[in-house]
Amino acid sequence: MELFDLTGRVAIVTGSSRGIGRAIAERLAEHGARVVISSRKAEACASVADELNTRHGPGTALAVPANISNKADLVALVERSRAEFGRISILICNAASNPYYGPMLGISDEAFRKVLENNVIANHWLVQLVAPEMCAARDGSIVLVSSIGGMLGSATIGAYCLSKAADMQLARNLAVEFGPHNVRVNCIAPGIIRTEFSRALWEDPAVEERVTGLCPLRRLGEPDEVAGIAVMLASRAGQYITGQTLVVDGGDTIV
Amino acid sequence: MKQSIDELFSLQGKQVLVTGGSRGLGLQMAEVLGDAGATVFLTARSAEDLEQAAAALNARGIITDWEAGDASNPADINRVCAAALMRLGHVDILVNNAGASWGAPAEDYPLEAWDKVMNLNVRSVFLFSQYLAKHSMIPRKQGRIINLASIKGLMGNAEHDDIIAYNASKAAVINMTRALAGEWGEHGITVNALAPGWFPSKMTQGMIQFRGYEKMASRAPLRRLGDDEDLKGATLLFASRAGKHITGQVLAVDGGVSAVGD
Repeated sequence: MELFDLTGRVAIVTGSSRGIGRAIAERLAEHGARVVISSRKAEACASVADELNTRHGPGTALAVPANISNKADLVALVERSRAEFGRISILICNAASNPYYGPMLGISDEAFRKVLENNVIANHWLVQLVAPEMCAARDGSIVLVSSIGGMLGSATIGAYCLSKAADMQLARNLAVEFGPHNVRVNCIAPGIIRTEFSRALWEDPAVEERVTGLCPLRRLGEPDEVAGIAVMLASRAGQYITGQTLVVDGGDTIV
Repeated sequence: MKQSIDELFSLQGKQVLVTGGSRGLGLQMAEVLGDAGATVFLTARSAEDLEQAAAALNARGIITDWEAGDASNPADINRVCAAALMRLGHVDILVNNAGASWGAPAEDYPLEAWDKVMNLNVRSVFLFSQYLAKHSMIPRKQGRIINLASIKGLMGNAEHDDIIAYNASKAAVINMTRALAGEWGEHGITVNALAPGWFPSKMTQGMIQFRGYEKMASRAPLRRLGDDEDLKGATLLFASRAGKHITGQVLAVDGGVSAVGD
């Protein structure tokens, strides 16, 4: 369907060698976009890019490893993407980390800074690198992958949740700032999705049952169930949507 | 078009009922659902309008049927739903779009206007959902319900819109969306709401003429009002496989109006 067509568009997807990021990159490519696959692990990135190039033809995907906590890496990521694929019109900030599990009372300054830097400031850096070009072209869609953690209190992953709430506010700020230039910024807030990141919640069937028992749809989400939302927001189908957070959690947060 | 694109957003073989589907946003949503492959069943008050809308959808290659009825009348809702189920067999997707507004200062708001707006915007949404969930979606363990809320259900009015019943009704739709999503999730039914901002339509044309397009557009970060395509992507997301893990949500499609703080 033409509304969702991304032919000729160039997308950078961070954290795309596995999980949600990978599913998003796969669906963007399926809809015609050229996608830059990025994560810390060069081999994993290359393997995803190879697979997409085999599936959709050479020149579909490019692997550019980068550590989101390193600004020079992000500069190189954007420069390399531009050099190989041309103007970037889609940015999916999906990479994030959660290095600390425990109460806020016990978190070290270093761990707290790390969470904010990887999950918020790194997104801001990437936006600073691509948004001027998007604004000049009056064409761009930025999607931050946040989390339902950013909408609820937590006694164990508080700093992570705080960083994810900040992403939602970042999207609202940038939507207002870039809207007049026809550049849109939105968040997706997934609930518990079956990925490596959430392994502890589904590895044991008894734990999974406890986690999903009160969820209206009675199940965990799959990475591919996040991907279609990114396609919608990235394409003409989402052309009047900006500053929003779309929750995909099987209803977890509404009961 | 690639096969996979069909798969994620395709409604091939699905059947949808759209209330208030003969014009405006309802017709826009019927168009995209039909374009994605669904068979469309429209309802609205005027048979003449429905006949025209059905002809326009048929001309796009969309199989369309209709039944006239007044959604503020519970007997009509039963009759329309029964007709849809008799002719289609089942309904996969319900779009509760029919709605109305009335303008008057809250202190002088007529009781009849309050009842009219609430009965159409809230009660009819519930009754259509109740009928089709009970007789089609719950027995089949699947269904999608899309309710038309409004950003006016998320906030009050900075200027004198004087639409207190409309504000209240759309907020009711938003929490009804959450409550139905919570209650019917176990039956495989998702319930979500769209909250459009300003879209030119028969309902808003007076307001747009009075305030001026440019002035209203300047309030939206994207600097324009909605058009005849803007609601299509979000509608299809909630209706298709791409949105199957989304439930109880309200998505503003408003050019960013609801995100502005200053």
